[in-house]
Amino acid sequence: MNDITQGLLEAFRLIISLDRDLIEISLLSLRVTLTAVAIASAIGLPLGCWLAVRRFRHRRLAIATMNALMGLPPVVVGLIVYVLLSRSGPFGVFGLLFTPTAMVIAQVIILTPLIASIAHQAIRELWAEYHDLLISMNTSRRQRITALIWDGRRALLTASLAGFGRGIGEVGAIMIVGGNIDHVTRVLTTAISLETGKGNFALALALGFVLIALAIIVNLIIHSLSKTETSGRW
Amino acid sequence: MVTRSILPLTVKKACVTRRGKRLIGPISTTVHRHGLTVVMGPNGAGKTTLLRMLHGMERLAEGHLAWQQPPEQARKRQAFVFQSPIMMRRSVLDNVAYPLMVHGTPRTEARAAAADWLERVGLKESAAKQATVLSGGERQKLAMARALIRKPEILFLDEPCASLDGRATREFEELVCDAFARGTRIVMSTHDLGQARRLAKDIWFINHGHLHEAGPAEAFFASPQTPEARAFINGDIVE
Ligand SMILES: Nc1ncnc2c1ncn2[C@@H]1O[C@H](COP(=O)(O)OP(=O)(O)O)[C@@H](O)[C@H]1O
Ligand SMILES: [Mg+2]
Repeated sequence: MNDITQGLLEAFRLIISLDRDLIEISLLSLRVTLTAVAIASAIGLPLGCWLAVRRFRHRRLAIATMNALMGLPPVVVGLIVYVLLSRSGPFGVFGLLFTPTAMVIAQVIILTPLIASIAHQAIRELWAEYHDLLISMNTSRRQRITALIWDGRRALLTASLAGFGRGIGEVGAIMIVGGNIDHVTRVLTTAISLETGKGNFALALALGFVLIALAIIVNLIIHSLSKTETSGRW
Repeated sequence: MVTRSILPLTVKKACVTRRGKRLIGPISTTVHRHGLTVVMGPNGAGKTTLLRMLHGMERLAEGHLAWQQPPEQARKRQAFVFQSPIMMRRSVLDNVAYPLMVHGTPRTEARAAAADWLERVGLKESAAKQATVLSGGERQKLAMARALIRKPEILFLDEPCASLDGRATREFEELVCDAFARGTRIVMSTHDLGQARRLAKDIWFINHGHLHEAGPAEAFFASPQTPEARAFINGDIVE
């Protein structure tokens, strides 16, 4: 209990004093995760929509694979990316290991199936609802997909936000591929892990509160953006 | 511009099957250029399947449909109002404008036309609302405006008043009569005998997927030819 109060106070102090290190690792957390979410959304959202409306052979298999990939343990993803990027690995020449780019790559792999799967679910439901109407109106496939994406945009946004939530709190993969190097690849989650290990519970908790606050703020900003858009249109 | 009519539609021995089970047919009939046909029959008789088949939404296992124009042409000049109307997650106005926009009408023009239609069906006040918040009766009116906005030659209505109360039913029937008076060919299904008596010029009576009787409404109500139709008119339970 005492630790928690101390943690809150410490968090408060760090934020008020605009602690340089805190700001640096918070910004890196945001940068890595937002980049990963953007890339994973660019792949996952269209993929999810496409799987929802397109009939093809092995579609079920593709969906099952996507859902299975959603459950990939981040540590294993980190390990695989580590092996691929390490000096002796196939992509070793790029020297990406222990850089923020490596962290983004690992997160993209973790987030894409999640975002695609949520998008797929939402668009599939909407398609079931719209199917007869859009068929009856003689729409082309392209028009159908456009209508589904437009009318389902809230659900798609939710998919991306879920990706953000998972990414910002993720530690296993980025610890392995980033290495938690001070001023280079240290982010909030890896810092928390480190400080906890050192027994600095107050600092670790302070970082934890900052992490939670960041996640909430990003969600609120995006939701309020989508709200203003709504009230402006209708 | 003179566009030639897609009607009459000739139906020859059409059957719809699903998983090897025959849902309707074989049905042979003609849908003439003018008229208001009411498809009657008990629940599960095949009314919905028949309308969907005529609209081209069911694959024929046997037989065929022949419009007077090529299928793509014919398809563009039909509209369908489903039993529980599908509300797109957009404003009421955008729902009605959608069929025009999807076929190339510029947005402002489509919205202006949609506003006109909303006024005609009595939904002007609701134009800016989300369509999903409308009541059952309002949804049917929206569906009607959305169906009529492209001036279809033939309009299919599948039990449009099945879940409406008396007043909403009356208002909807007025819209149907209005569309009919403007020359829209109407084929609608109902299991409400009163509605059939009020609206029908022609009756198709179907049961177990077969067209038992087809003919002028007056003759049908005065002297039904089959025992099932007679029982249905008398309000007996038809199985
Ligand atoms: N998707 C479906 N799969 C299998 N049978 C169906 C399906 N839809 C309808 N049916 C059957 O087809 C018959 C006719 O249904 P329908 O056309 O909906 O009747 P109605 O509209 O007159 O109530 C019913 O026996 C119904 O059970
Ligand atoms: Mg029905």
